[in-house]
Order: sequence, then C-alpha cells, then structure tokens
Amino acid sequence: MAEILVLVDHADGAVKKVTLELLTKARALGEPSAVFIGSGFDDAKGRLAEYGAAKVYVAADPELTGYVVAPKAELLAKLVADVAPALVLVPATAEGKEIAARLAVKTNSGLLTDAVDVTADGDGFAAEQSIFGGSSVVHSAVSAGTPIIAVRPNSTPPVPQDAAAERVDVSVELSDAAKLAKVVDRVVVPKGDRPELTEAAIVVSGGRGVGSAESFAVIEALADQLGAAVGASRAAVDSGWYPHQSQVGQTGKTVSPQLYIACGISGAIQHRAGMQTSKTIVAVNKDAEAPIFELVDYGVVGDLFKVVPQVTDEIVKRK
Amino acid sequence: MKIVVLVKQVPDTAADKRLDPDTLTVDRAAVDGLINEMDEFAVEEALQLVEKHGGEVTVVSMGPQDATDAYKKALQMGADKAVFLTDPVLAGSDVAATSYALAQVLGTLEYDLVLFGSEASDARTSVVPAMVAERLGVPQLTFASKVEIDGDAIKINRLTDYGHDVVEARLPAVVSVVEKINEPRYPSFKGIMAAKKKPVDTLDAAGAAIDPAKVGAAGSWTKVLDAAVAPPRAQGVIVTDEGNGGVDLADFLAAKKFI
Ligand SMILES: Cc1cc2nc3c(=O)[nH]c(=O)nc-3n(C[C@H](O)[C@H](O)[C@H](O)COP(=O)(O)OP(=O)(O)OC[C@H]3O[C@@H](n4cnc5c(N)ncnc54)[C@H](O)[C@@H]3O)c2cc1C
Ligand SMILES: Nc1ncnc2c1ncn2[C@@H]1O[C@H](COP(=O)(O)O)[C@@H](O)[C@H]1O
Repeated sequence: MAEILVLVDHADGAVKKVTLELLTKARALGEPSAVFIGSGFDDAKGRLAEYGAAKVYVAADPELTGYVVAPKAELLAKLVADVAPALVLVPATAEGKEIAARLAVKTNSGLLTDAVDVTADGDGFAAEQSIFGGSSVVHSAVSAGTPIIAVRPNSTPPVPQDAAAERVDVSVELSDAAKLAKVVDRVVVPKGDRPELTEAAIVVSGGRGVGSAESFAVIEALADQLGAAVGASRAAVDSGWYPHQSQVGQTGKTVSPQLYIACGISGAIQHRAGMQTSKTIVAVNKDAEAPIFELVDYGVVGDLFKVVPQVTDEIVKRK
Repeated sequence: MKIVVLVKQVPDTAADKRLDPDTLTVDRAAVDGLINEMDEFAVEEALQLVEKHGGEVTVVSMGPQDATDAYKKALQMGADKAVFLTDPVLAGSDVAATSYALAQVLGTLEYDLVLFGSEASDARTSVVPAMVAERLGVPQLTFASKVEIDGDAIKINRLTDYGHDVVEARLPAVVSVVEKINEPRYPSFKGIMAAKKKPVDTLDAAGAAIDPAKVGAAGSWTKVLDAAVAPPRAQGVIVTDEGNGGVDLADFLAAKKFI
C-alpha cells in the first residue's frame, strides 16, 4: 500500500488530537508513517501505535526545533526524496501550513491548505475545502510533485487501530538557509486543564460584552459544565481579559466544534471567519440586531450575566 | 533602510464572496475590491520603522489590471512608491505560483526588509510569506506581534499556539505581521493628494522576468476540480430573555443532546 507521511503535532511528546485524526484519515488512503520531529518520542509512541502508524520516522536533533520552521521543511523534503510517499498530510495549524509551504517549494509540489476532507481521486487525492465561511465547497487536487495537504483540526473523528509504530531514526544535514531565524526564547502561557480550543467538541466564547477579566469566570463556569474550551473575541483579547491563544477568528484560531456558544460577541466578519463552520451555533447578546444572530441555530436576546449563569445552573440541575 | 511591503487587493470582507461558477475563481467583479486589511498593519509597521530608522517604503501588489485600490491605499497612508504586477498570464495562479511571481518582483528591487500581512482575507492560506522566504533564501520571521531593528539585527515576537517565540536574525529578512502589532493610520487629506503624484511602476510578467509557464492556472501545481455553493444555514430560533432565557437555552441544548 502507498506510504503516506503524517507530520505529528505534539508538545514534548504529548500528541495533539489532530495527529490522530490525520492518522485515521491516512489509513483510509494508504499506509501511514508518522514523522516525529523534536523530543519526547517515548511519550508519543503509544498514541501513534494506537492510531495506526506503521512506522515512525523520528528526528530528535534539537537543531530542528531551534529555528523557525525551515529545518522541519528540510527534514520532510529529505524524507520525501528518500521514501517517495504518495501523500504528505500536515495539520492546518499556522506552523503546519508554513512547514508545508516551504516543503512545497523545495519539492516542486502542489500544496492544498485547510482541507476538511481528503479522498482518493484516480491515482491521486482530492481535498475538500470549505471556503468563504462555509458558503462554498471546493474540491481541489495537486497536479505536480508529491501532494501536500494541510488538514484542519476536527475534520474527522479519530478511530484507533493498532499498528507497530516501528521507530526509524532519521536526520538531515541542515543547510545554512534553514538556520537563519533563530528561536532565542520560547514563552509558554500556562494553558490550564480545559480542552484545547481547536480540538474541543464544544467552545464557549466571550467578547467585549463580558466586560472584564474577572467576569470571564461566568463564561468559564458554563464551559466547565459542558466540558468545553473557552474562546474569546479580539476585543476581549486586546482588552487583556483573555490570552491571545484563545482568540477565535480570522487572525486567531479557526474552530469547528459540534457546538459554539458566543456570549457578548457582536459577530464581526473577522470573528465569524473563525467559527462559522461550527455545527451548532448559539449566541447570547443583549442587542437583537447583533449580526451574530444571522448565524445562530439558537439565540437568546438578553443580558449574558443573567442568561449564562441560569443555563449553567440548569445544566447542573439536570445532570 | 529599504522596506518593501506586499499588499493584496481582496474582495470586501463585509460583502458576500462567491466563486464564479464558470472560472472557478473568486468572482472579483461582483464585489468591491480593497486592500487586505491585514496588509494595512504591514504598511503601518513599515512607516513606523522608516520614521524611526530612516529609509523608504515601496509597496508591491499583484493582481488584475483594475486592482489598483490596494497599493493606492498604501501610498495614501505614506508609502513612497508602488510596483504593480499585472498580466493576464497571472490569472488563476495558486499560492506557489503567486509566491514565485512575487519573489521575481522582489528580485528586481533592493530591500532590507520585506513585510507581509500574515493572511489574505479571501483565500486565508497564510503561506505566501513562508514560500517567498524559502524562494529568496532569507530569514522567515512570520506572525510577528512586535518587530525591533538594531543595525542589521532584527528581533521579533512570533505568536504561536502556546504563547510566543522570540526570534532573531540578520537583515534582509521576510516578516509577516499580525493585527496586534500596531494601529494602522487613516490617510490624511494631504496624504490622499500626495499619493496621486507618487511613482507607480506597472510591470507585466516579462518585466519581472517571470516565466509564463510557471504562473497562471496552467503553471500552478494545484487545480480546482469542482466547486459548489453550500446550502445556506437554516434560519435559527431566537428568543428574548424574559427571566427564563437560560432555562430555554438548556432545553435547546438538551434537545440537541449536548446535556
Ligand atoms: C485585521 C483584523 C483582524 C481581526 N481578527 C479578529 C479575530 O481573529 N477575532 C475576532 O473576534 N475579531 C477580530 N477582529 C476584530 C473584529 O473586527 C471585531 O472588532 C471584534 O470581533 C469585536 O469583538 P466583540 O464582538 O467582542 O465586541 P463588540 O463588537 O464590541 O460586541 C460586543 C457585543 O456584546 C454585546 N453585549 C454587551 N454587553 C452585554 C451583556 N451584558 N449581555 C449580552 N451581550 C452584551 C453587545 O450587544 C455587542 O453585540 C479583527 C479585526 C481586524 C481589523
Ligand atoms: N497578489 C498578491 N499581491 C501582493 N501581496 C500578496 C498577494 N498575495 C498574497 N500577498 C501577501 O501575502 C500575505 C499572506 O497572504 P496569503 O498567504 O495568501 O494568506 C498577504 O497579507 C500579502 O502581504
């Protein structure tokens, strides 16, 4: 069966859910080999085996993660040349797409980003993209080189299937060009115990209407009852009420959960760009004219400080 | 310091964007074009850097012949001159072909710094800056929320999933900016008048030594197979809270099996 490379998204060996989704997708199209770059493979191995990675190419050289994306693209380019995969799948995260971008140029290969599905198409592959906020659906294919497809998180439910995850160590002699942008410090904002925003099945977001950092407790209380991640509009982030990693929208994260609850968010086009493909959308806003109501499956016109605590209590009662 | 800013003309984000069913590309005639909002942040950053360190700002834009609003807006904000790449052979270029064409234009210019927006609001791929950096062989400093320059040293904060990285490099470099970096200025009346007299160099593919076989729909490495307009979202239920809004919402969530 055709070998498919899947770039692993992980934090020191903690494998992100999107990787399991990509492995699941890759199994339907060929034989997945994971590509693990960085430290922590021992912690990752179990998950990669559980979701069907027959092989794992492990590149642990710290130089690979010491510079902005270019070294990872070089490592992948070498693998593409050595193993001639039928397809390369990467997560459609900011970094995943940049790695894919450089890989595409290096290998003269077509790149498709933000796919929500990948299917076999003749002897190639077709990517489904949902564009303009889900108003159009496009199928595209790669016509040159090795197809490289960046797949959005939450596009496919991960399904386990055991495989060996046999470790194959790989390395690359980095060019000088790959070492031009040096990472001198890495600032990690503590994330807490809530699910990751792009991975969560439910997201509860707060906007300017929440009014202060302290008041986000109201949003968090609802999120915790639902097992949800917490998101924020740019207005809330720029006011310093919530960290930028929680920003949903054009310049924040694109989320596509089963349920998105927007509280005190007007629904500006840039916010909608990050959430309008959510399956079910709910909004609580005191302004009946707020554009967010154009998108909702269920909307409550009212004060979020009354409605949100009430629904939270109600969920507690019904549990 | 010589700064080049890449600005793209995009359909108005507020308008309803559609694919042209015949050409399978964005139907640009149907909506007003304007500068990609994020690119205004790149122009602003360039202007601030030049105010601090001296130098000049050149804007580069590639697009159909009538897509002149983006670079004009940048000139009105204060950029010194513009290069406009337009040629029918470029129509339908994918990201890789676009990055090739832009890199060729950059090859005709002198620069210490090349600034991009971090994402175009129409295609939303966020990959052109990385591709151009790869092609030029210069450092890639993307998703910058802060840029500091000292001589030929550059340092940025790169926003990441987990917080930010501090990244250092030497000029020349490619930088893309996020909207947290500054507050773009509005063009003044004086700026709008002055822009009319600023030099605009209009290039065709040959003028930038672009190989026509590597651009346009035919020169692209990807192709659109089919496109369809998705069915619109069904009209939702909207209730007004009269003391029971939270309970009503809980009923809805229960009916949908979320609780
Ligand atoms: C280049 C660029 C990129 C951008 N990227 C993003 C992005 O990624 N994400 C993003 O979100 N924005 C983004 N924006 C900003 C966007 O344009 C809006 O400014 C922003 O989304 C507004 O946030 P908001 O809805 O929280 O605030 P507002 O628009 O001020 O809306 C607040 C809402 O809260 C309601 N409200 C107030 N009090 C209450 C209450 N007690 N109970 C209930 N409702 C209440 C009000 O009726 C109002 O509708 C971007 C802008 C630009 C220019
Ligand atoms: N046709 C174009 N002309 C000029 N700049 C462009 C063009 N396309 C993309 N860019 C630049 O690349 C950035 C990222 O675009 P993208 O990768 O398409 O999301 C934009 O913010 C612009 O700075």
